[in-house]
Amino acid sequence: MEWTDQGIVLGTRRHGETSAIVELMTPGHGRHLGLVRGGISRKVKPILQPGNSVQAVWRARLDEHLGNYTIEGTQLISDRLMGSAAASYGMQSVAALLRLLPERDPHPALFQALAAIVARVDQPSAVAPLIVQFELRLLAELGFGLDLSECAATGNDADLIYVSPKSGRAVSRAGGEEWKERLLALPLFLKTEGAEASADDVTAAFALTGFFLLRRVFEPRGIPMPDARSSFLATIARGRRPHPEEAASDLGFTRDRQL
Amino acid sequence: MPRAVAGPEIERLIQLLARLPGLGPRSARRAALHLVRRRADLMEPLTGALGDALEKIVVCGACGNIDTRDPCTVCADNTRDGSMLIVVENVADLWALERAGAASGRYHVLGGTLSPLDGVGPDDLNIETLVQRAHEPAVTEVVLALNATVDGQTTAHYITDLLREAKVKITRLAHGVPIGGELDYLDEGTLSAALRSRTPF
Repeated sequence: MEWTDQGIVLGTRRHGETSAIVELMTPGHGRHLGLVRGGISRKVKPILQPGNSVQAVWRARLDEHLGNYTIEGTQLISDRLMGSAAASYGMQSVAALLRLLPERDPHPALFQALAAIVARVDQPSAVAPLIVQFELRLLAELGFGLDLSECAATGNDADLIYVSPKSGRAVSRAGGEEWKERLLALPLFLKTEGAEASADDVTAAFALTGFFLLRRVFEPRGIPMPDARSSFLATIARGRRPHPEEAASDLGFTRDRQL
Repeated sequence: MPRAVAGPEIERLIQLLARLPGLGPRSARRAALHLVRRRADLMEPLTGALGDALEKIVVCGACGNIDTRDPCTVCADNTRDGSMLIVVENVADLWALERAGAASGRYHVLGGTLSPLDGVGPDDLNIETLVQRAHEPAVTEVVLALNATVDGQTTAHYITDLLREAKVKITRLAHGVPIGGELDYLDEGTLSAALRSRTPF
């Protein structure tokens, strides 16, 4: 068995003294693990950091085997990831959510959403809406997609500003007036492509996806929501330092030594 | 099935030696044979040393270091700078920093890094005592000497969040070109980190 695919590293686990088991998200083969011989060497380890894009060749004698990866880095962004708390937490959160998917089950749309996140991972204001969209897509791929096309009460497709926590369907302002205390807010950017997402919109959107992830995915499986998700939300709420240079200047002792 | 060439005691010794890092079955057999040949001047003292170590090894209640006394030798050393707390992932990292002799602060051993893939969460690490120590009036700086991996730096960010209320300066190790490193052979991540952290020359 052999295939070649692009992939984004989700995680790496040491295996034995010299090898590593690497978890990749690929467009054609889903979340796929494989053994990288020499994966903890000084040369290979930087490539196997989460967030890096790689070209992977997977080989195994039988399809059900773990198999061996031969990996070549194509875009290494882990340094940007390490320098920013929001980026680190965001990537860890997305990786944890992807682990809800069964292994080797292709989800090309989620791969594309992940690639978009990775491309802007160190820009918290830009990446947060992308992560929300990713969570919505994940819910859909897990079979719990929200129906945001029309109002569950009136059937209209205009002025949709709520989501029913029971059905996961959109509700219009008029249709939801009576139960608005119990409905979840639906920010405009979630159903209108290209719409601006304010900080409040992003917070409301994460509350929406968080509610359905918890209610429909995590609670039934008896597992907790990933810590990284709440850490990511806390970090973007604080809007705190995104980059090492800024972190250094906050400390007030290295700025004068940096160009 | 191959026939046994030695008694069960020696076979067991070989099996146990083969479980040590860097030793496979063949090298374990060689090591066992070497021990057997030098029973008086090597095997016996080694047995005694292993027994003593097993009996006396304790984890330091203050920093998480491994030693034969509690508090450990590092914590009990009054000549060290008590204002600097260097946070490391494991005892091997502590020993590496001590070999370098670059800092004379005190240490705190986390016992790992946060790793969702391995199921290591904050409760599995020695973080609670770190927060307590960072709030001690004598401590003014916490150095996060964690690995330059995404897991290591995520742990560093997590600790930074926890120490937000503590009145300490939080620093981390620089990332960049290693001594003897050639730019042509460095990965893009290290190069861009090094370029971003450039200093006047």
